[in-house]
Amino acid sequence: MTAVGEYIKDITETVTTIFEGMAVTFSHFVRRPSTIQYPDRIPKPVQEMLPLRYRGILEVDMDICTGCLACERVCPISCITIGIEMNKETKQRMFTHFDIDICKCMYCGLCAEACPTGSIRHSQEFEGACYNPAGLVRHFVTEPVLLYKPKKGGETEPTLAKKVEIGLKYLDEFATPDKGGGEGAAEG
Amino acid sequence: MQQLVDQLIQEGYFEGVPKDFVYTGFMVLVALLVLSFFVAPLAGITSWLERRVWARIQSRVGPNRVGPQGILQWLADGIKNLLKEDIIPTAADKRLFALAPYVVFVGFFATFVVIPFGSQLIVADLNIGILYLLAITSLVVVGILMAGWSSNNKWSLLGGMRSAAQIVSYEIPAGLALLTIVFAAGTLSMQGIIKAQGWAPWDWLLFYNPFTFAAFFLYFTAALAEGNRTPFDIPEAESELVAGYVTEYSGMRFLFFFFAEWGNLYVIGAIATTLFLGGWQIPPITDHPVLVGILQFIVFFLKAYLWVFVAMWVRGTLPRVRVDQLMSLCWKYMVPLSFICLLGTAAWMVIWPQGNRVASFVMFLIGVAILGLFFRRVRFQIRHAQPVLYWKPYI
Repeated sequence: MTAVGEYIKDITETVTTIFEGMAVTFSHFVRRPSTIQYPDRIPKPVQEMLPLRYRGILEVDMDICTGCLACERVCPISCITIGIEMNKETKQRMFTHFDIDICKCMYCGLCAEACPTGSIRHSQEFEGACYNPAGLVRHFVTEPVLLYKPKKGGETEPTLAKKVEIGLKYLDEFATPDKGGGEGAAEG
Repeated sequence: MQQLVDQLIQEGYFEGVPKDFVYTGFMVLVALLVLSFFVAPLAGITSWLERRVWARIQSRVGPNRVGPQGILQWLADGIKNLLKEDIIPTAADKRLFALAPYVVFVGFFATFVVIPFGSQLIVADLNIGILYLLAITSLVVVGILMAGWSSNNKWSLLGGMRSAAQIVSYEIPAGLALLTIVFAAGTLSMQGIIKAQGWAPWDWLLFYNPFTFAAFFLYFTAALAEGNRTPFDIPEAESELVAGYVTEYSGMRFLFFFFAEWGNLYVIGAIATTLFLGGWQIPPITDHPVLVGILQFIVFFLKAYLWVFVAMWVRGTLPRVRVDQLMSLCWKYMVPLSFICLLGTAAWMVIWPQGNRVASFVMFLIGVAILGLFFRRVRFQIRHAQPVLYWKPYI
């Protein structure tokens, strides 16, 4: 009798579990697919959907770069090369080049932590595809520019004030490991 | 069709050509037309729809780039496969290797001869329609075994052998389930079986008695196994056998196997519709012959395609069974159950020779109740998971 009972139990279990499983999968027909149709069928660019501390390709704001070379020194794989020369006529130090080799960069973020003004930082940019490696070397200096000198005690130039603010904010909120406690930690 | 050819011969269009040649020529022409304008798009669109349905079950989107909603994906795939190199392994038996896909394809395509799309729309209403169907689909086994053996590859051979064992085993419950219907309808002809049913669901042979109701599911399961569909796709189980008997195939020959597989889905649906679901029967609403023909075709097509959809849905639901599970399911459960169905129907016909309309109606109500219970479970699942809902079928 037990054999017959087991036989019938097998059949009923098969039928009921398939019935239940089919109900589960059918409910998926009315659920929204979780696919994001990158890159063209998305409600807004992916860059805007990324979290604030996302480590994208490095960017440098040359207007507030002091030329301290801290980033170049701290970079573990030397992907940053900075050239600074003294201009003979004006006696001012100028950047001749500021290159970051994105091919080598491993997005460790040490340079952004070391930067005193927050001029070098991770952007939200990640689409770096190009046809040859040379294209991945980002040149931030096209013609020689002056170094940024923060005035002691005085007011910053109004044109730069905003950029300095952005840089310091970045440093405070995202690039300082001790303070980094996500949103709200910086205000405290 | 035959009258048209006869008329053309009498009007002297084919002077001096033997009559048989003309008939053969027309038959080939019609077969080509059906192949290129009905079967090929049908199999292709089924392949696309399967990928979309499967994707939605897995919370994905599926192919939606080629043409509106990706409906031309099958053309892109076909062109890609046509352009690919046709590789034949040096150790393979070249003739059999080249021939096998066509044997499989013929086994599937020849079933379209007896599929009744309408009361007038059938190639040949053979008086042994079901017997023909069982015989011609067995040709697929020959093709698969040929493909597996001639590839000279252990995966292919194992896949071919498994497939042969599976198809031969499942032929029995499928055949017995069909026989149940033959008992109830009293004929082997496809049109005769449809005429034994009515347009109303309670006149369908599905609800003839509890045994035919069970036989329907037995037939559908066995047909899925015969068509090598998931959950019975062990002949091409990629985790065990690479791709089974199609391992060594490439390009268009590879595509022919899948052409047959996807087309076969529709054939399964069409047979289920013919035998159990009233075929092309429509309510008597119009007398216009062309309109009636079109309505019948639409009704038949939709009923058959519903089961194609169910097969896709089953594929998205159930995991693949093991070889021993497959065989025990067939021999220990399905064969005895289909025998019970057969004998039960026979006894039923002894007791009620004219059928029992009350019982049919009760069976119909039970069927509706099962469907209602099913949608209750679906609603429970949705409420339970609280997902983001998206009711549109497209995305």
